Amino acid sequence: MALALAKTEALNARIARHSLQKGGWLGAARAGALARLGAMGMPVKRDEYWRYTDPSSLTVANAPIAALFDAGDEPPAYGAIDRLKITFVDGVFDPAASDDLTLSGVTIERLALAGKADIHWARDLFGLLEERGQTPVERPLATMSTAFATDGVLIRATGKVTKPISLIYEHKSETSDAILHHCIKVEQGADVTILENGPAAARLTMVMEVEVAEGGSFHHIRTQGRDHERRAATHIFARLASDALFKSFTVTANGRLTRNDVVVELIGHDAAAHIAGACVGDGDFHHDDTIFITHAGERCESRQVFKKVLKNGAVGVFQGKILVRQGAQKTDGYQISQALLLDDDSQFLAKPELEIYADDVKCSHGSTSGAIDDGALFYLRSRGVPLKEAQSLMVLAFLAEAIEEIHDEAIAEDVRERLRNWLVRHEK
Amino acid sequence: MLEIQNLHVKLAEEDKVILHGLDLKIGAGEVHAIMGPNGSGKSTLSYVLSGRDGYEVTAGSAKLQGAELLDMEPEERAAAGLFLAFQYPVEIPGVGNMTFLRTALNAQKKARGEDEVSAGEFLKLVRAKAKTLKIDAEMLKRPVNVGFSGGEKKRNEILQMAMLEPRMCILDETDSGLDVDAMKLVADGVNALRSAGRSFLVITHYQRLLDHIKPDVVHIMSAGRIIKTGGPELALDVENNGYADLVAEAE
Ligand SMILES: Nc1ncnc2c1ncn2[C@@H]1O[C@H](COP(=O)(O)OP(=O)(O)OP(=O)(O)O)[C@@H](O)[C@H]1O
Ligand SMILES: [Mg+2]
Repeated sequence: MALALAKTEALNARIARHSLQKGGWLGAARAGALARLGAMGMPVKRDEYWRYTDPSSLTVANAPIAALFDAGDEPPAYGAIDRLKITFVDGVFDPAASDDLTLSGVTIERLALAGKADIHWARDLFGLLEERGQTPVERPLATMSTAFATDGVLIRATGKVTKPISLIYEHKSETSDAILHHCIKVEQGADVTILENGPAAARLTMVMEVEVAEGGSFHHIRTQGRDHERRAATHIFARLASDALFKSFTVTANGRLTRNDVVVELIGHDAAAHIAGACVGDGDFHHDDTIFITHAGERCESRQVFKKVLKNGAVGVFQGKILVRQGAQKTDGYQISQALLLDDDSQFLAKPELEIYADDVKCSHGSTSGAIDDGALFYLRSRGVPLKEAQSLMVLAFLAEAIEEIHDEAIAEDVRERLRNWLVRHEK
Repeated sequence: MLEIQNLHVKLAEEDKVILHGLDLKIGAGEVHAIMGPNGSGKSTLSYVLSGRDGYEVTAGSAKLQGAELLDMEPEERAAAGLFLAFQYPVEIPGVGNMTFLRTALNAQKKARGEDEVSAGEFLKLVRAKAKTLKIDAEMLKRPVNVGFSGGEKKRNEILQMAMLEPRMCILDETDSGLDVDAMKLVADGVNALRSAGRSFLVITHYQRLLDHIKPDVVHIMSAGRIIKTGGPELALDVENNGYADLVAEAE
């Protein structure tokens, strides 16, 4: 009882400064979400699902101050990639820094504008996948985003989208508390790539709901990072029909606290979901990947590849679960989570889980943590590669399996370059 | 080229002494061979010269063209022209062989204040050298030594040596694990690199290799010392009679 009260009080404080927008199809969805949220309250440290990550800075009333970070002369992410840019500054759409939202094969709208209509395709998606993702464990921060998101994008891909849609999140206020919510619908046979980058705000709460219809492909590459003090709780909820492909890769560098939840349901047959992450953390850095994959259809494949490089007391968390439902025969599930600890102060906490109710499945999972291989390091140095450069090579080699999950080589190279620069800046 | 004087080495973590006052002098352009029983300290010598952790030099010096190797970091020794072909080449998952070679070559050039080689030039060079060592392009693309057979690893060592063009090459049992043809290939690779400005120290257990790589001088090492030095005939003597008499004579 005391716990429920604490959760409710935390919720009331957390949402006090955010107002519930009414009207349109969105207003109805928000009201429903608020009712669900009221029953849940905010997450607290005692919740099993927050065992390794303290949610208090995500649930406290005001966003903890996050100093802006000067990235110096480092070029912004995806600089060389031809893409359609949509920019949010501290969670607020910035038309001047955004392209015209027209692109062949896709319709793109802003949530804040499209929500006012009475009917809209997104009504059958917005908040629905988030709600499905509330079992077996509650994710109240996601529900909060359904209720209180101030903006986001609604993307409906109907064909092969000619270039990536790039969501850029800038952080310009030390106290900003952004809540965003995106919906992406990939119609039958359509193909879209979504890029995300930037710190977004002092504190970001975000949801992306992704529905991939038969034979559709969704590619997602996210660069989270830069500002050292920012905090973020993000959620991706995805549902895949037969022959659908879902690929999501996240690279995280910097940030005091990051919690990335990904919930994927493979409903149709022969679908594939690949979720990968590479994170590099130095010092006051806590990074949590929490993944939940449900296999319901037959012959589906899922792959989770998570790699973390940690130093100077950084903490990495991985909670990954594969649930294979009855009848999901010939499931092929793979999960690997690994940490490279560059010193004794850093820490990796992993909780891999398998729950299988079908008899003809192939599932494997593994989790390791270790240091850089001294033998390999000496071998590199004996060939003339200086210590720091040799270490960077070894770190990138460690991350390679995750980066290989990026489908596009130019984007993969952009990510590698970002990591190389980070390693140079964090040599000490 | 290389001058080792009174080298004493013990294990850093234990009290075990491995090299007990070793002396060795190799002139420019010379090929020296070291033979000796298992555990006599041959690999230890090669590791200490290239700067591997875990050993403590308690006395002595090792100079490459007058510069003290023992004061340098491993990468500085490499840039100064030292190369060790490992007895057990290391696998590095995730690092491509090409990336590895190019990074190493350019790092050495940079350390010496020379221009780096461009990607195109490098590719041409490495392809040509790989071909003479019968290393196929597929192998170059794979991660360093990962999944290579024993013989492929040894050939890869020689490829690195050919690319890096060191002055002082140490080959630690490069012949072990090689079939007859591969040994010939490796020996040809080494011989092609022989020049007035480059010296070799070839560690081996078998006279066979020395039929292909003709040494100027042969040393016998036992219990951390050079106990006998002679010409190529010394290797034949060992092949026929073993080490027992030589060791007894030294004691
Ligand atoms: N790191 C180490 N830890 C423990 N013992 C070591 C270490 N390095 C070398 N030794 C010991 O030192 C001695 C010399 O070893 P080394 O490998 O140099 O011999 P070697 O002459 O190369 O032998 P081989 O002909 O079998 O290759 C051996 O007794 C070996 O066990
Ligand atoms: Mg040896």
